[in-house]
Parts: sequence; C-alpha cells; structure tokens
Amino acid sequence: MSVEIFGSWIVVFLTLSIFSYLYDDNPFYKAAEHIFIGVSAGYWAVIAFWQQIQPNLFGRLWPKLEESADTSVLNSVWYSIYKVFNYISTGAGTLDRSVFPEGGIEGYDEIRLMYIIPFILGIFMLLRLVPKVGWLARWAIAYIVGMTAGLRFYSFLNSDILLQIKASAVDFTGEWGAIINGMIVFIGTITGLIYFFFSKEHKGSFGTLSKIGIYFLMIKFGASFGFAVMGRISLLIGRINQLKDYSSVEYNYATPIILLFIIVSLGIWSFMDGGKKNESAA
Amino acid sequence: MNKKLAISILVYLATVMLYSMGDGYIFLENTTFKFGVVALVSMTLYYYIDRAKSGEEIYLRPIAGLKAIEEAVGRATEMGKSVLFVPGISDMDQVETVSGLILLGHVAETTAKYEAGLNVPVSKSIVMEAGRETCRESYLRAGRPDLYYDDMVHYLTDDQFAYAAGVNGIMIREKPAACFYLGKFYAESLILAETGNSIGAIQIAGTGSPSQIPFFVTACDYTLIGEEFFTASAYLSKKPELLGSIKGQDIVKGLVMASMILTLVLHGLFQAGWLGFDIVTIFGN
Repeated sequence: MSVEIFGSWIVVFLTLSIFSYLYDDNPFYKAAEHIFIGVSAGYWAVIAFWQQIQPNLFGRLWPKLEESADTSVLNSVWYSIYKVFNYISTGAGTLDRSVFPEGGIEGYDEIRLMYIIPFILGIFMLLRLVPKVGWLARWAIAYIVGMTAGLRFYSFLNSDILLQIKASAVDFTGEWGAIINGMIVFIGTITGLIYFFFSKEHKGSFGTLSKIGIYFLMIKFGASFGFAVMGRISLLIGRINQLKDYSSVEYNYATPIILLFIIVSLGIWSFMDGGKKNESAA
Repeated sequence: MNKKLAISILVYLATVMLYSMGDGYIFLENTTFKFGVVALVSMTLYYYIDRAKSGEEIYLRPIAGLKAIEEAVGRATEMGKSVLFVPGISDMDQVETVSGLILLGHVAETTAKYEAGLNVPVSKSIVMEAGRETCRESYLRAGRPDLYYDDMVHYLTDDQFAYAAGVNGIMIREKPAACFYLGKFYAESLILAETGNSIGAIQIAGTGSPSQIPFFVTACDYTLIGEEFFTASAYLSKKPELLGSIKGQDIVKGLVMASMILTLVLHGLFQAGWLGFDIVTIFGN
C-alpha cells in the first residue's frame, strides 16, 4: 500500500469519524477529536518555536555576525551566554546542535539588544512554574494588555472613526442608485450608533431611531448569516467530493469500506451502550 | 461653563497647538488632525471619568444579557452542573479577549458565591495565565479561595477547529447548564453555539466580531452585540471610572454623528459649487 493510499484511508477515517458526531458522541468521534487536539497542540508548539522564538528572538539577540564584525570583550561575553544555551539545549553536547547553530543564528546582521525585554518577559511567564516568584508572570501579562490598549486605540480611531466619517461623504455627482445606496448606509450608520448609546434612555424619537438602528443591524446580520452558510455549504461539498474521489478503485474503495466499518461498529456500540444506559437507569 | 470643562478645553487647545508646531519636525508630517482627534477623544473620556469620580450619577440603560449572567450561574447551581466559559480563540493582543477575561472575573465570582463548577478551556497560553489570575482573584474576592484550582482554566490547543472540537467534546460529556462565549470568535462560533444549544444549556454570548454576531444571535439565549460587550465590565463593576468612560464614549459617538452629518452636508455643498473647499481632504488618505 503506497503512502498516498494509506493517507487517503486516514483522511476518510478521520472525516467520517468527525461526521459520526451527527449520530451521537461515540468512540470514533472521541478518537478523532483527541487526535486532532493532540496533533494540533504539538504542531502549533513546534511552529511557534521554529518560526517565532528561534529566528525572531534568538536570531536577533545572537545573530551570525560577519568575520570582520565586533570582536570586543563584551561581544565575547554575550556570545558565551549563547554557548551556555547551546550546551543546555544539546544536553551537554550529547545531541546535535540545531536551536543554536555555530557562531550565531542567520538572518540578521547586528545584535538587537532591545529584544532582551521580550526575552525577559517570556522568562517571567515561565516563572509561573515556580510558586515563589510566579507573580512575575503578571508583569508580562500587564505589558501585553497595556501595549495592546495603546496600540489599538490609535488604529481603531483611524479605521473605525475617521474613515467612517470620511465615508459618509456621499458622492452626489454619481448615479441615482449609488446616491440612494449611500444615503441608506448613512442613515443605517447614524441610527446604528444611536442604538449603542448607553447613558440615555431609549424613549420617544430617540427610541424610534434606536429601533431603526437595530433593524439595520439585524438586516446586516441576516445577510452575513446567509453568506456564511453558503461558505459552509461549499466546505461540505469539498469534503463530500474528496470522499467521493477516495471511493474509487484507485484508493481501494476507502470511503465505502470505512463507512461500512463505522456504521457496523456504531451499531454494536449503540446496542452495548444502550444496555449499559438501561442498567444505570434501573 | 464650569471650571473643569474650561481647563480641559484650554489644555486640549494648548496640546494640539504644541503638536502642530512640531508637525514635520519632531512628529510625522501632516498628523496634527489625527493627533487632535486622539487628544479630543482622550480628553472627553478623562473629563467624564473625572465627573463620575467626583460623585455624579450616571444612568445606564439596562442590557438583558448582563442581568442573565447571575440567573444562568444560579440555574447551573440548582441543576448541580458546571458553567462553561469560552474566551474565544484570540490572544491577549485583542481587545475582545481582554473584555472577555474581565467578564470571566465576574462569572468566576458568581460561581464562587454559588459554589458552582467552572470550566474555562482556552486556546492561547497567555490567555490561560491571565484567566487563572482572574479566576484566582475572583474566588479570593468572593471569600472562597478553597474552591479555586488552577485546572479550571486549562489549555486545549492553538488550532481553531481542533479547539472547537475540544470544547464540543467538553460540552457533550459534561453537559454544562450554562455556556458563556465572551471574547473574539471566528468561524467556530456557530459550531460552539449550536452544540451548546443541543445540550439545552442557557447560553450568553458577547463579541465584537461583526461577522460572528449573527450566529450567536441565532443560537444563544442572550447576545451582547459589539459595544454592549465592551461596556459590560462597567455595567457589572459599577466602578465610577468605568461608568464615566461609558458616558464619555457616548459623547464621542455624538461628536462622530455630528461630524458625519456635517461632512455629508459640506461635501454636498462643495459638489454643488457653493463651497470653495472639500471637507474630505482634511481626513487625508
């Protein structure tokens, strides 16, 4: 059996296992779910290390410098820390060096000491494992939250407020359809904003405008819902097409065989589980 | 005009004037207008926070979803079941996640008071840390630190749909009586809300993601739409600084509406040839 055929059988088994949830929570679904979570957790951990921490953090702190670059004592001391890390990561030299290559990590041409800050904050996060100094993790969290609030404030103000005000300038030189469309969007935006007034009671004309605003929001939500359902249907069609492809002789009838196996197994499981349920109910 | 308002206006004008003097030299070129807007919003918020702190009462219209939080936890306690809290799949660099964790603090305090179980599966390690801190503090505040344990906030995976599958699994096996979806969500929102619906849990959702609100509206009992979700922490905590900021935000919304109407009218007059300048040009590109 070639790797491709073996892969197709795995794909079909996992797809049908997930679909089996439509019947009930069963061993096939549980197995697929746990494989999915376990594999993805491991995958993301590896991706985060090799695509972020290693090249972007270590790579900036200990880049591979040219031969003619700084050979001062400070530089030597700095790279001796790198050697210590390498010593630890290779298990005192028993493993091949991969995280910390000889002479530094390629990608940057100068040491960027500013990256010591995220490095230290990252260590603080790990100190959660040491109860006595675990509180230091809060500093890292506080930095992330504070920095986010500051950064987002300007970007949201620019994109959500200024550009919105600018977009309210309807082009009256255009076609009638476009003008009417622009005016509808304008009224929808104004009334939608009124709905989100919290410090004023929604009564009288203010309440009426707020109600119009919520109608606009609901129309938007309805359209968005329909659009997403269409997208989901196309995803389902993609899966069905793949299952159809794998049901051919080329793939040793993967889909019908596994489908039959799952149905029979579920039937047996249901019979046995039903008996257990009746026993526990009695 | 009261003294504080006059001082605020003067400080604002002085700040913008100083900035405009450095425009192109110390600061980026042609950014005075944007800086003016940032400063105006900041000053407005600060002014109303200050007023709220000095004792001014601020009215807030009721939001049904927030009242239902306590009801949902109470229901879970009566049924002897747990409460599930899903803070979304984004990291702490998203405002929605931060808001979700603030609400987690309130939910955790309520579960501590009612002695109901709490389960918080997360998809980001930093969110897990922040979530644990939040829950620990809430249980301490409720006078029940003995009920807190680290694993009530636990990591599943970073992957979007694997996370959704994991949360689904928790739902169908533990059958929580109340499910909270408060944070930033993407395509997994309907999968989660539908599963919660199928197990008969009372569901309260809140997100700022416009494309996901329809799914929550369809499948949940209560949904905090957009800004309702962001203001929830102020509603629940009743802290003057937060209440003041909501009043300030309402004033900013009023200013935005006025600016939109003004822009529409002035742009129309420009296009009709009755005005010499186009207001749209001041917003830049």
